[in-house]
Amino acid sequence: MSRTEAADSVPAPELAPNAGELDEEIVPSSPVRRSGPAARRPRLPSPGRAVAWLALGLVLLLTLVPFYLVLRTGLSNSRALPSHADSLLPAEFTWGAFERVLGLADPEEARAQGGSGASLYFWVYLRNSVIVATLVTVGQVAFSTMAAYAFARLRWPGRDLVFFLFLTAMMIPPIFTMLPNFVLIKELGLLNTFAGIVAPHFFMTPFAVFFMRQFFLGISHEIEEAARIDGAGHFRIFTRIILPMSSASLATLALLTYLQSWNEYLWPYLVGQDENVRVLTVALSVFRQQTPAGSPDWAGLMAATTLAALPMVLLLLVFGRRVINSIQFSGLK
Amino acid sequence: MVPGNVNGRRRGRRRRELGSAMVFVGPALFGFLVFFVWPALRGIWYSLTEWDLLGDASFVGLDNYRALLEDEVFWRSLGITAEYVAINIGLQTVLALAVAVLLHRLTSSTVIRGIVLLPYLIPNVVVALMFLWILDFRLGFGNQVLDWAGADRIPFLGSETWAIPTIAGINVWRHLGYTALLVFAGLQTIPKDVYEAAAIDGAGELRVFTRITLPLLRPVLAMVLVMTVIGSFQIFDTVAVTTEGGPADSTKVIYFYIFEKTFTQFEYGYASAMSVVLMALLAVITLIQLRLMRAGESDLA
Repeated sequence: MSRTEAADSVPAPELAPNAGELDEEIVPSSPVRRSGPAARRPRLPSPGRAVAWLALGLVLLLTLVPFYLVLRTGLSNSRALPSHADSLLPAEFTWGAFERVLGLADPEEARAQGGSGASLYFWVYLRNSVIVATLVTVGQVAFSTMAAYAFARLRWPGRDLVFFLFLTAMMIPPIFTMLPNFVLIKELGLLNTFAGIVAPHFFMTPFAVFFMRQFFLGISHEIEEAARIDGAGHFRIFTRIILPMSSASLATLALLTYLQSWNEYLWPYLVGQDENVRVLTVALSVFRQQTPAGSPDWAGLMAATTLAALPMVLLLLVFGRRVINSIQFSGLK
Repeated sequence: MVPGNVNGRRRGRRRRELGSAMVFVGPALFGFLVFFVWPALRGIWYSLTEWDLLGDASFVGLDNYRALLEDEVFWRSLGITAEYVAINIGLQTVLALAVAVLLHRLTSSTVIRGIVLLPYLIPNVVVALMFLWILDFRLGFGNQVLDWAGADRIPFLGSETWAIPTIAGINVWRHLGYTALLVFAGLQTIPKDVYEAAAIDGAGELRVFTRITLPLLRPVLAMVLVMTVIGSFQIFDTVAVTTEGGPADSTKVIYFYIFEKTFTQFEYGYASAMSVVLMALLAVITLIQLRLMRAGESDLA
């Protein structure tokens, strides 16, 4: 629920009129890429160019170094860390911390390496995160898309009023609805269930509805009219014509929703404390709270951190361009 | 064609479409009413009561709001939040603009954009843990670098002065690439003829940037600003994982204070009143920003 730093609790300006072509064209691909560097903005003169590359290189370095440091620590022996604080290489290299986190090490061995003996059921939390993010994404994308269709393509009394209310809800800070929602989920007896964690975002978010509606508005009416003359009903038009045309923006929305849901912390923390439904983000913060304040098991914590960061890194590696384009597009709305 | 006839047919079709529309909009409307409208109304109601989340809520009228006015911790929380927002937004906007321009002028490589975006994909909690380690006073690499540079070590998250700037910095690290890519996308929409014309006129780099790039980018920048300001007011995850409001309440941002009132002090009515005030505040900020944004756009027209 906490769309912290969210891109989406905010009204957005109109979509570009050519919202019809989304896929690779999401990033306004100016003629630049196609016609090569010559057509780009006049090139910087070479000394300036060198300085600019240096600056960009520094940015990339500052982005990547923290990841390396975390990995380096995860591959260290926790007890050896203090004496190797000035080393860039793992302190007494060992897979021990990763084995601890994955539940592969026996407790004796774990304690010897500075582990607390407290276990982190990584696979369970990973499974829980996958379940939650998948349910939220499937529900939210499906129902929001259906609603968006009704707002964009159907004419019904009250439509504009209801849509206006949806828009207004985009401005409500999440905490305002989060606390009463917590009370509601508690009253319904859904604390510590997947249903409880998923419920508030399963049916819609105003952002998702708005996003898809903008896209549907850009589709020409003629195709639809033709189908209607052939006797197709709205359901048929929606599933056979509109949805196939929308695959690119559906994918974008699904990706953004998955990411959002995967990174969520406060809501699952409130509603899903139980081991069986605890998601990764919550598990990590609990793990951190359990480690002794004086000498935390840094290697274990950083191994867990690495593993928790891994799924999204893989996502970027596999769907690189699509992820980047989706993010850029979501901002240009 | 008689006009009235057309209207009649239209009205007929609208009514016929109401059925289908309800099927399509039904689930979303259900979710909207149950998880957005109902809680919003309840939140306002609870702000007028005293309730510990267990027994019955008792109506106290505007007492919570009156108490808020005198609650120094509340005002301090708002102040801390404002400090965080100011540092975060200031740094983030300037740096993101710089990175976007660098990307725009140098490369549109997917790999580089991917690296820049990477921190944004990692959960807040994970990022917070990463920096909790890196900024550790004794063992963290950050302080090691300071050592090497011959500077004094800094208790980044453990000092009242440094904690908020540090948390702001951590979130700049996470969001910089995201914001830069939004600005970068904006830069790509600027037609290149404008730049060519400027080049022909012999305009220098700085002039081109201040006279062309910045003004044409203003709508995008304004949009990004509206989004990030609202977002950063809601800073919570990083605080919860790193400092838990400390040291000496110096990082007790408003979200954290509301959370604490609800779940550790069980003053739910009071917490609700705070979130009503926060909502009103954010609404005002949004409206002001949107007004400024519109003003900015008409400047250009």
